Amino acid sequence: MSTFLRLLRLVSGFWLRMLLAALLGFATIASSIGLMMTSAFIIAKAALHPSIADLQVAIVGVRFFGISRGLFRYLERYVSHDLNFRLLARIRVWLYRHIEPLAPARLQAYRSGDLLTRLVADVDELENFFIRVLAPPLVAIGIIALTWALLSLFSPAAALAVVLLLILAGAAFPLLVQTLARRPGRQHIALRSQLNAHLVDSVQGMADLLAYGAEARYLAQADALNQETGRVQNRLGAITALNDAGVTLLMNLAVVATLALAIPAVTSGGLNGVHLAVIALGVMAAFEGVQPLPLALQHLSATLAAARRIFQVVDAPPAVTEPPHPLPCSKQESSRKADPERSRRGAKAQREKGAKKAGEAPVLTVRELSFRYGPNEPLALQNIAFTLPPGGRMAIVGPSGAGKSTLVHLLMRFWDFDQGRIELDGRDIRDCAGDDVRTRFSVVSQTTHLFNATLRENLLLARPDASESDLWEALAQAQLADFVRDLPQGLDTWTGEMGVQLSGGERQRLAIARALLKDAPILLLDEPTANLDAVTERALWHDLSRLMARRSVLLITHRLVGMEQMDAILVLRAGRILARGTHAELLSAGGLYARLWALQHATI
Amino acid sequence: MKFERNLLSAAMQARLWLILTIGLGFVAGAVIVGQAWFLARIVDGVFLQGRTLADVTSLLAALAALALARFLFAWGSESAGKRLAVRVKIDIRERLARHLLALGPTYAAEERSGELANTLTTGVEALDAWFSQYLPQAALALIMPLTILVAVFPQDRLSGFVLLVTAPLIPLFMILIGSSAESLTRKQWTTLSRLAAHYLDVIQGLTTLKLFGRAREQLRIIARISDDYRTATMGVLRVAFLSALALEMLATISVAVIAVEIGIRVMKGGMDFLNAFFILILAPDFYQPLRLLGSRFHAGMEGMAAAERIFAILDQQPTVERRSEDRSQRTEDRGQKPELRFLPPDFSIRFQNVSVSYQEGQRQALEEVNFELRQGQHIALVGPSGAGKSTIAHLLMRFLEPAAGRILLDDTPLDRIDARAWRQCIAWMPQRPYLFNMSIADNIRLGQPDARMDAVARAAKQAFAHDFIQAFPDGYDTIVGERGARLSGGQAQRIALARAFLRDAPIVILDEPTANLDPETEEQIQQAMQMLLAGRTALIIAHRLHTIRRADRILVMQAGRIAEAGDHEALLAAPDSLYRQLLGAYLGDDAQFIERTYRPLAMSN
Repeated sequence: MSTFLRLLRLVSGFWLRMLLAALLGFATIASSIGLMMTSAFIIAKAALHPSIADLQVAIVGVRFFGISRGLFRYLERYVSHDLNFRLLARIRVWLYRHIEPLAPARLQAYRSGDLLTRLVADVDELENFFIRVLAPPLVAIGIIALTWALLSLFSPAAALAVVLLLILAGAAFPLLVQTLARRPGRQHIALRSQLNAHLVDSVQGMADLLAYGAEARYLAQADALNQETGRVQNRLGAITALNDAGVTLLMNLAVVATLALAIPAVTSGGLNGVHLAVIALGVMAAFEGVQPLPLALQHLSATLAAARRIFQVVDAPPAVTEPPHPLPCSKQESSRKADPERSRRGAKAQREKGAKKAGEAPVLTVRELSFRYGPNEPLALQNIAFTLPPGGRMAIVGPSGAGKSTLVHLLMRFWDFDQGRIELDGRDIRDCAGDDVRTRFSVVSQTTHLFNATLRENLLLARPDASESDLWEALAQAQLADFVRDLPQGLDTWTGEMGVQLSGGERQRLAIARALLKDAPILLLDEPTANLDAVTERALWHDLSRLMARRSVLLITHRLVGMEQMDAILVLRAGRILARGTHAELLSAGGLYARLWALQHATI
Repeated sequence: MKFERNLLSAAMQARLWLILTIGLGFVAGAVIVGQAWFLARIVDGVFLQGRTLADVTSLLAALAALALARFLFAWGSESAGKRLAVRVKIDIRERLARHLLALGPTYAAEERSGELANTLTTGVEALDAWFSQYLPQAALALIMPLTILVAVFPQDRLSGFVLLVTAPLIPLFMILIGSSAESLTRKQWTTLSRLAAHYLDVIQGLTTLKLFGRAREQLRIIARISDDYRTATMGVLRVAFLSALALEMLATISVAVIAVEIGIRVMKGGMDFLNAFFILILAPDFYQPLRLLGSRFHAGMEGMAAAERIFAILDQQPTVERRSEDRSQRTEDRGQKPELRFLPPDFSIRFQNVSVSYQEGQRQALEEVNFELRQGQHIALVGPSGAGKSTIAHLLMRFLEPAAGRILLDDTPLDRIDARAWRQCIAWMPQRPYLFNMSIADNIRLGQPDARMDAVARAAKQAFAHDFIQAFPDGYDTIVGERGARLSGGQAQRIALARAFLRDAPIVILDEPTANLDPETEEQIQQAMQMLLAGRTALIIAHRLHTIRRADRILVMQAGRIAEAGDHEALLAAPDSLYRQLLGAYLGDDAQFIERTYRPLAMSN
């Protein structure tokens, strides 16, 4: 119930439009009732052979209702579709506003599988909340009230009977059907997910099935599940088929009941015989008002399930609490004076020609940092400490599961931490706004998300005010300019599903171009070559070197490439720093680093 | 529309249910005529002939009985429609699943597998509405108005005439909806789904947006795009809905016209009340089936889109099956046995000028490949990704057939041998083995369902999988996959190795994992692979220097061709060889160091 109320609150603000749409829906069916009742009146009255003047009003009524029904229907469809789109926009914006602070930490569970896709599909389901769930009962209530008011004029007893049958048809009967369908419905859901899993397996594991001659056996199992699902679907179909037929049955019984109650009144003279025909046809038309209710009930459960899933995501507390009064996270002026590593920086500057950026780079210091994802989780990082001076180059290496990506998350302010500190120029990054922290870093990561947009838009993401020549310069430095120039539409080529498919190397080059455009003082390379083959990797590494000049570099990787260029290397395993030193030192020490290095170089 | 015919022929497979659906629907419709007749009689009797409730009780009872009958028929018709849909879905799903298997793993390659699996599950399910709702209604929309016409004409020609004239206008409007307005609306729905795709895209790229500090401004963009879209769409819908308006108007105005027309005649004494009331009751029911068809049209459309995709897949010709059928036909003629029971003791497999192209007009995946794999030999395939290594493995697995050239087992063309029998001679270890949603034990005995538990455990021990399997609370009964234990890459590799050990086949096709594993796992997998290869004939897609150096022969692949061939020393001897490039770093000063540090345990065998 609370889900339903929250949903109502979510769509609040559109009350007037909703009321209008419901009123128009009501008016449509009311026109039908009017059409049938006045038509019946004309014919019944005519049977008494009055003068044409006596029929004049009714004839006008028939013509009016004949036209108004269509018009009301048209307006109702128009208003409710417009409302649907407004609701959709509202819900999308609402969800985005709530989900944005959660990304990526709280959405990590949703990365796997297609859960995000599911979430977006749930939004589409909610879009229909009004049209399919809220409007039908509103209209039905209006029509029931109208029917009662109209019929009471002629026969209060018949009116009461019809209203009861309308409620029976619109509420009690669908609920009964839903109860009947509950057990096979649950069975159906379970069987279908089993069948689907089996079918997905048979496609994605096809090679393994064929190679091991298991395809016939597997197909036989799929067939059995398929048949079993079909049997349950048949049972379910027979139950839900009761809905439409049931409403019609109750409508016809309502006609019989009305006649049985009204006929004695006609005989006794209490009811004009003309009205008997009017009542009968009015009752038939009124049941159109409750016809969509069974479907509304089905949609209600689907909508509530979708809403529950969405609320569950939205209700997660953000992984990061932003400070109420964020401080700027780099104090360049003061740091320049206080920086103890200043002399070292001078040495670096010599190595890189035109080291204008390096001078501006903040000192990144990590002190005794420990972290766990949850109170019952093991430590993902334990006592991590290092300093990256301006212009320095540091690598953090280790096998998968060592805690490398956790460290990236903490540096990017995607997760909060309690033990230890991360400082930029001596300032705790927890005192700064997350966005501010992230402006200090250019990130090239292993999974580069390219938006379904043009290459230009994907690049402008990094610097919206970049000029055409800025873009081409960045592309040239990332060795991508020739490739883009050869595309028929150049920078306006669409990427992603709707456009050109880029290879892994090209995607990473695009990420490099983005990083160049962003031009932040610290370069964070997060497994930049993880998905590339050895030949592409070597070429990409060559181009990365260009990006590394003039900047502080933090390289986080399991691929031990370019290690000779690093000032310091930290070897991470199971959340701890196992060793630190230069490439040569670590190799001669012969520990995990040496083994990883040898292993990698014995692989092509 | 070709697939419409396909859908119809699919329905004919379950024609009993189709006939029952339409037949019962027709009877339920005929009952309506009876109900109208009895209702008119009752009202006429009480209103004009002064009958009392007692006089019409039997008529009322008949009316109630007809109501009950209509309920049963309508329910029966709808249930039968659902059964029809279920039957068709079952059939199509079985056909599609078999057809996909026949098309083979090369067709259902990874980038396509998600979409194919989706078609097989959700796509087939989307056919439901077309069969259970649209198709029967399309038939009833033809039959029902005719039935009512037949009932109305004897009573009153003029009203029958009004109905007859307006009736064809409705299909006309339907066609109108079906063409112009509908295509407009459909275009709008495409934009709508694009809008949803954009939204999904933004949410999936949230991390990237945050890294560039662009996450918050998306809020405005989403709102703006949605709003622009709404304005544009409503402009189109304003027009598109007009056709529905015309349809609706036609139906209600016709009823109004008939009411006035017969009303006036009744007044003038040209028609009696009974007939007039009877016609009035029936008039809305005359248009009802057509209106219903209009509303079910949309439900049917969804099925059409799915059907298009399903029949496109079913139209794909499988290469392997077709060829083996041709050949087995021929070999039977010659009286040869297509079955392969045992490999000959000293066999050799030869590729002769083998070429493969996946799609016409595209670059060939393999071009004129020649090599020989003799019994007991180990051949290593090396080369950059996309060079054609997996294609060779797939050919040997009979997942696809060469477009040109042939593969011979001694002197027998491979495609003359039954694919299933041939695969029994092979233990296959892919780069990314697939684990099925069943117990670990069942995953290991995928090829040998009858294998005893001790054999399974022995294979698992050989693959260094036994220890970690035992560590699970349910041991070998642990269910793998989404609803069970998630296995790491290294664990999945070892279970697949256990599968291969249990197969105990004379030929091994091995695609070495490139995934990053920690050194301990890596060493175990290496050792297990060496054990698997020992004493067997092997084709290895190799990434490990150690494996490559031990191979009897190395084929260096590039762009679908064998660029270089020979053993390690011979290939290294050529100064500019592709092989040297591939080995890259290994050839530097650190070679000694790598040799010293990296010494797989497998050396001990």
